[in-house]
Amino acid sequence: MAHPLVRFEQVWKTYGSGEARVDALAGVDLTIERGEFVAIMGPSGSGKSTAMNIIGCLDTPTRGRYFFMDVDAGGLDRSRRALLRNLYIGFVFQGYNLLARTTAVENVELPLIYRGVAARQRRKLALEALAKVGLTGREGHTPAELSGGQQQRVAIARAIVTNPTLLVADEPTGNLDTARSQEIMGLLNALNREQGLTIAMVTHEADIAAHAGRIVTFVDGKIASDEAKLEAA
Amino acid sequence: MIWETVRLALLSIRRNALRSVLTLLGIVIGVAAVIAMITIGSGTTEKVKSDISKLGSNLLVVRAGGAPQPGGPRIQAKELRDKEVQALVEGIPEARAVSAAAQKQVRIVSGTDSLSVLVTGSDPGYFTARDWGVVLGREFTDQELRGNANVCLVGETVRSQFFGAGDPLGLAVRVGRMSCTIVGVLESKGFSGFGQDQDATVLMPLTTFQRRIAGNRDVDTIYISGTDGTPMTAMQEKVEDILRETRRITADKDDDFSVRDMTQIAATMASATTVMTGMLGAVAGVSLLVGGIGIMNIMLVSVTERTREIGIRLAIGAQERDILVQFMVEATVLSLIGGLIGIALGMGLAGLASATMSIPFSPSLPVIALAVGFSGAIGMVFGFFPALRAARLDPIDALRHE
Repeated sequence: MAHPLVRFEQVWKTYGSGEARVDALAGVDLTIERGEFVAIMGPSGSGKSTAMNIIGCLDTPTRGRYFFMDVDAGGLDRSRRALLRNLYIGFVFQGYNLLARTTAVENVELPLIYRGVAARQRRKLALEALAKVGLTGREGHTPAELSGGQQQRVAIARAIVTNPTLLVADEPTGNLDTARSQEIMGLLNALNREQGLTIAMVTHEADIAAHAGRIVTFVDGKIASDEAKLEAA
Repeated sequence: MIWETVRLALLSIRRNALRSVLTLLGIVIGVAAVIAMITIGSGTTEKVKSDISKLGSNLLVVRAGGAPQPGGPRIQAKELRDKEVQALVEGIPEARAVSAAAQKQVRIVSGTDSLSVLVTGSDPGYFTARDWGVVLGREFTDQELRGNANVCLVGETVRSQFFGAGDPLGLAVRVGRMSCTIVGVLESKGFSGFGQDQDATVLMPLTTFQRRIAGNRDVDTIYISGTDGTPMTAMQEKVEDILRETRRITADKDDDFSVRDMTQIAATMASATTVMTGMLGAVAGVSLLVGGIGIMNIMLVSVTERTREIGIRLAIGAQERDILVQFMVEATVLSLIGGLIGIALGMGLAGLASATMSIPFSPSLPVIALAVGFSGAIGMVFGFFPALRAARLDPIDALRHE
């Protein structure tokens, strides 16, 4: 396709300087097309999280260019990247990162508040998103009253409530047992297949990565392998 | 959006209720001090003004004894007598009234009731000079003055204490060892600025007072009242000249009497109130500053505590200014709550003070509005730096923060 959603052009990310200089990314070229479900793997310090932050427009490359939807996102300032995140990207984190003492539905409404959506519409969209992740009936629960799997579902509802183009998931099953992990992966797969949601997911577990249609492995700041799964739907 | 933010701010303040209240103390005390002080201050000023106007405007007050010298003893001087009064009556024809008065605290008795009151002996000019009206009965006359008549007028407190709702006219009251017939009731003047009941008084002819109460011919005070257009400074000089001459004071000696212009006294008292208001204002200002720093401190703590929350908000699309506004609103709401508590407290204090010191309770709406605005502004000013710090956080670092 001529217009990939995500495109890295010789992206370098360097921390520190002189002796302490570390290249987290060392000249990475990567494209992700719309509708793909990509797992990003690699050992600690391989640069996968850095790549993830750049994909999610949270961070910018030190050198090279990063295009998101053909926009040079690597060259945008903080507030424009915030706008991109708000309009096109949903985030799911390992630690769920829900606001404590705030109900599920209020958590899901949060991105809509920053979009300036009216209260009534916000509530409607948030309830729909919670229904999609199978949490109808738990809208009024705070994170403390929900299990880990349920909290992650709330986080996914929060990520998809804005109807994003890209879902960025950072170790989404890292804190969950195998059964819960399978449920979450099933949910992500369904979103990818049924809604055509593009997903970029960082994980270090091979069986989790196996749910994705494509696995990109980072080693020492470079892409070591990039395999598409043949049987992926 | 802004209501959302205010609601959020209230929520976060409630979650840390104790901490918030402690932080607010500075603002509460500051605002309460300002409100109480200004309300009491303006009440006092009003009171002083009305006291002075009750005393009579364009009034000169002459007393024996020189003006007290700084560090030195008050000059002992012979008392004022009738001849000074006569000289002034003749020497200042433009005066509306010249009145001589002598006073003494005396116990008065009616039936089984007794009361300690200020008994004043004076002349019919007294009513004009002191702008003191008679609500019931009549003033005493020149004939009664000349004839040492045993007549008197009583103040409102005496009337209500001794006679209740009844008519006191024609009844007798014992003043010291004499008995006098009540011919009138004086208009009520209420309490003076010094908390003295001005209605606990009996007024009688000066001659009667001198013979039967004081036992001498002394005059304590001479009141000289001018008309509205009278230049008081010129009149004061004239009074001084006449007195120096009458009392035979040579040019090398100081006055052994004092002449005071009540308007000047009013101005002095008003300026004293202003100075006190200013000083208390400075104290309040310091308290507000400390309160503001307290708010800044607690907001910085709050930003650190909620770093992760800020990271989440930034990640899911909050703009810098959304975070800035959120924390500014929180600081402002916090400070406004303090301001409102302070206003309530200050009003309470002022109300208490006006009840105990019998000054009018005069809450000023502009001052309250100013206090609200000011406490809000403190929140904004001192909340800005912590809010900016929150808004400038890097979302990646903030999300990693434990």
